[in-house]
Amino acid sequence: MAATATNPKGSTPIFRRKWQLPFPLNIYQSSVGRKWVMALTGIGLLGFVIVHMIGNFHIYEGPVQLHEYAEALRGLGGGLFPRTFLLWVLRIGLAAMFILHIHSAYSLKERSRKASDKADFVGGEKKYGSKRDYVAANYASRTMRWTGPIILLYLLFHLADLTWGWWLGDDYVLGDPYHNVVASLSSLPVAIIYVVANVALAIHIFHGTWSLFQSLGINNPKYNELRRSLAKLVAGVILVGNLSFPVLVTAGLVDDDNRKCPVGDVECLEKEAKEH
Amino acid sequence: MATLDSKIPDGSIADKWENHKFSMKLVNPNNKRRFEIIVVGTGLAGASAAASLSELGYRVKVFTFHDSPRRAHSIAAQGGINAAKNYTNDGDSVHRLFYDTVKGGDYRSREANVHRLAEVSVNIIDQAAAQGVPFAREYGGLLDNRSFGGAQVSRTFYARGQTGQQLLLGAYQALAKQIAAGSVELHTRTELLDVVLKDGRACGIVTRDLVSGEVGSHSAHAVVLATGGYGNVYYLSTNAMASNVTAAWRAHRKGAFFANACYTQIHPTCIPASDEFQSKLTLMSESLRNDGRIWVPDTFDDSRSPNEVPEGERDYYLERKYPAFGNLVPRDVASRNAKTVVDQGKGVGTLKNGVYLDFADVIDRDGEDVVRAKYGNLFDMYENITGENPYKVPMRIYPAIHYTMGGVWVDYNLMTTIPGCYSIGEANFSDHGANRLGASALMQGLADGYFVLPYTIGDDLAGRLGEAVVPTDDPVFLEAEAAVNSQVDRFMSIGGTRSVDWFHRELGKIVWDYIGMERTKEGLEKALSEIPALEEEFWKDLRLLGSAATLNSSLEKAGRVADFFELAKLMARDALEREESCGGHFRAEHQTEEGEAQRDDENFAHVAAWEWTGADSVQTRHQEELIFENVALTQRSYK
Amino acid sequence: MSKQLNLTLQVWRQNGPDEAGHFETYTAEGISEDMSFLEMLDTINEGLVQSGQTPIEFDHDCREGICGTCSLMINGQAHGQEKATTTCQLHMRKFNDGDTIVVEPFRARAFPVVRDLVVDRSSFDRIIEAGGYISVNTGAASDANLTPVPKEAADTSFDAAACIGCGACVAACPNSAAQLFTSAKLAHLNLIPQGQAQRFERTENMVETMESFFGSCTNHGECHEACPKDISLDFIAFMNRDYVKAKVKNRKLAGQT
Repeated sequence: MAATATNPKGSTPIFRRKWQLPFPLNIYQSSVGRKWVMALTGIGLLGFVIVHMIGNFHIYEGPVQLHEYAEALRGLGGGLFPRTFLLWVLRIGLAAMFILHIHSAYSLKERSRKASDKADFVGGEKKYGSKRDYVAANYASRTMRWTGPIILLYLLFHLADLTWGWWLGDDYVLGDPYHNVVASLSSLPVAIIYVVANVALAIHIFHGTWSLFQSLGINNPKYNELRRSLAKLVAGVILVGNLSFPVLVTAGLVDDDNRKCPVGDVECLEKEAKEH
Repeated sequence: MATLDSKIPDGSIADKWENHKFSMKLVNPNNKRRFEIIVVGTGLAGASAAASLSELGYRVKVFTFHDSPRRAHSIAAQGGINAAKNYTNDGDSVHRLFYDTVKGGDYRSREANVHRLAEVSVNIIDQAAAQGVPFAREYGGLLDNRSFGGAQVSRTFYARGQTGQQLLLGAYQALAKQIAAGSVELHTRTELLDVVLKDGRACGIVTRDLVSGEVGSHSAHAVVLATGGYGNVYYLSTNAMASNVTAAWRAHRKGAFFANACYTQIHPTCIPASDEFQSKLTLMSESLRNDGRIWVPDTFDDSRSPNEVPEGERDYYLERKYPAFGNLVPRDVASRNAKTVVDQGKGVGTLKNGVYLDFADVIDRDGEDVVRAKYGNLFDMYENITGENPYKVPMRIYPAIHYTMGGVWVDYNLMTTIPGCYSIGEANFSDHGANRLGASALMQGLADGYFVLPYTIGDDLAGRLGEAVVPTDDPVFLEAEAAVNSQVDRFMSIGGTRSVDWFHRELGKIVWDYIGMERTKEGLEKALSEIPALEEEFWKDLRLLGSAATLNSSLEKAGRVADFFELAKLMARDALEREESCGGHFRAEHQTEEGEAQRDDENFAHVAAWEWTGADSVQTRHQEELIFENVALTQRSYK
Repeated sequence: MSKQLNLTLQVWRQNGPDEAGHFETYTAEGISEDMSFLEMLDTINEGLVQSGQTPIEFDHDCREGICGTCSLMINGQAHGQEKATTTCQLHMRKFNDGDTIVVEPFRARAFPVVRDLVVDRSSFDRIIEAGGYISVNTGAASDANLTPVPKEAADTSFDAAACIGCGACVAACPNSAAQLFTSAKLAHLNLIPQGQAQRFERTENMVETMESFFGSCTNHGECHEACPKDISLDFIAFMNRDYVKAKVKNRKLAGQT
């Protein structure tokens, strides 16, 4: 760094790297690189959200088809790998992306907080004496730090609810996701949680989709308007798709009535699936 | 006069610089690091000099009173920079640029300096383009040129309306590179308050840290002043608020002759002041005069809105008086005529202090869109400042001080009459004579900094190898520091009733009225009696608040205004002694029948350089005769 | 006759970097609507001197919107509410009679307050020193027309170079990030042929120096809205791309196309 004789106060760096990590980890040491990681993991997670949503649409075909979809996931890779192996690879990959996404977000927020520290910075928002009148920053961009944790909490709830069956207890049937979904979402508080969380998810995705192009530097001014539209489209589709589940269950349009296989009869589901 | 040796080299005009470069002594590359050089100011001249000197290997300390070197007022230059590149194939050449500059300066500049300026002008463009200065380009990717300020050839390079900014950023970046390399020591928010001499030679400076108020000294083998012009003596000018004469004046008081103080340039198209508290005037590109028509109402004190004044009651005075050139007469002619009509009581606007610049005709002829494409940004700027829409209502314009050709006297090597002390850029008096061509200020600042001083400074330093710098605890420094401290204490302890701005404003009015666009003997004598009276009041009735140990911009300003008082007196004296009209100096007593400036080449073809003889006596006037061997002296006519 | 405004101002006063600051309330009467915001402050200062109070310190110089010295958060917006306008070019006619105006310094930890409304922005100079230049020593340049620069590239480079380094982007940014400034300075040089030799080295050094002072961008776009020179967010994307390229690229092959 340049040696200036009169060192004004503002000349002293606030953050110093203690050591330089080897490539490619050094990319993650920088904020810009970390934003790349956030964007890339965001793309992965977004892909997961979309695939997960599309998969879940099988619920509208009925219990058998949903069971069949669930089984197909476990059997990914056909006979090449042991059953559920590839699914676990995906799960671990997903978990890793989540962790990186969250770590990068949290650590960058900390950097920003420190960069504003001595400037009367309170609780995540830079404080000026007068109310900040945000011009460009929209609701989505300013609430990323809130929608993010909401989504995380929701994710844990969702896993506990439909993967581990903590709440349904005896009503949880391993291998009959259709029933589990219906049973869970039939409870109004649970349905509300799903609605709130998915609205948060859509908001998060709206800014995320727009923002990831910026972070990755995939940018051509010609496409700026298209980016905005794409973000709206993706967020909108995900919002409508994901909200359809709690809404339709609550409305009673998806229920356990008129099932071919009774609730809990997984063998029947398997048989039907084979015939399907 | 023995004291004024301009050191112009021998040879034909085209060979002088070449010969001189060869005859100058060189400092061995390895020895350059043994020399320390102080550069004060980081505008085009200062930043380019500091960067170039440190690239050569000298150890450089650079000082600016701004928070960053990039803020210097060179940044505000709009139009462009001249260079004799002849890229447009329209017959330009070094000799033509030289000729135009001498003629434009109304034959009051030194031929050898101007020729050198024209020679290095081409290198400046190369240097700036290589630095990444985003000059305007044509579709083929090559540099675009335009004709500027009435020049007959297109030799002006430009970067939208922000040429000064882009060139300064180039020089600043070059400086930043050297700072990063550790070979330049940067001192920001530090103001020069004295030049220190030992045994008659400059050995350093005394500065005040504007944040802590600390007064300290810095020593070096050479001191370079690149501190700009003194237009702010007028209070209302297009200069930046902090632009001042202090560094040059402090050097003057220590023995540097101050030359041609009365040569000031007025820009005809500025936005007139709207009220008493206006702090500065904003310049609008002169290109507006290409399409706008200038007029005032026929009747005195006409309070109708301009659109209500019928065609028959308008006086298009420039078109009337100068049918050939019309609204495109040179700057000084346009300015003086505006003053004449305003003084007659035909001024327009609330304060009756402007003339109309009307675009109605061109809008009728070409349509609003064409006008918008050409001048859109200027019209927006005007509307932003005045709240009036120039597409509907004529603009109001009035001349304002914009550049000062006078300054510290320097020889061909840019050294002042203090050995070891140099002055470059607008701060010196050298190249523009009595009037500067448009787009030549940037050229001169960069020429001095990049291509002249780095050569000439070595000639003097070469003989001083092994000389140590004078330590800053030497009595000469301690005495200078004590003097600065006592001046600061004096300011703080006056305890009067008026703010420093008030005094500056009052001084500005006197200087503008009597040493402005048109000077008369009576006026100048009046100035010489009013300025000292106001100055006396200043020292009795100034009120400064706050502390001298913190950032205190009023205190900074007090020092600058104090020096402006002394400068203003010198300007009046210089104007009084120069019994002729030339360029930016117009004495009403000396005009042709057509109202043109009338030079007196027989008696005044010289530089007037003033020597400080003490605070209680009047400076001594010295003359450097100007010899014209390559241009014929002619009288202008724009009829 | 121009309209007159009566205003109430709440101005941040702070004696020094390490001292606590506070808001002080001033009334400004008979302010002409033709005044610029800074001339309004001049008028208040004139009154303060008359009544024996220390004038308010604020940064300013050219007063024509090009030097980048003036700053100020005016009612929570950098350089006030007018788009693409510096404080010195903000005129009082944009305010209403009876308004209360809150005036604060630009805030960020890397912009410590020097006094009152004056902040220290020297961290910007450190970013430039880290690589915001093309290394061409004086005299080493070849003829200016030897390297054609496509007009569009030159124009875009200029759009970036128009940055005046005022720091409004940092002040407006909820994260105190300096991405807009740094990317503009970077893009100015990275977009043109002259800047290619040092492109990736420059990018790496400038970004990392920036990150040692400032927070991290979250793509809000507040910086662009606050920018008096309307610098585009596209330059930030461009910088992000060049930074990772700088990390990944084998620069030994830079001579090959």
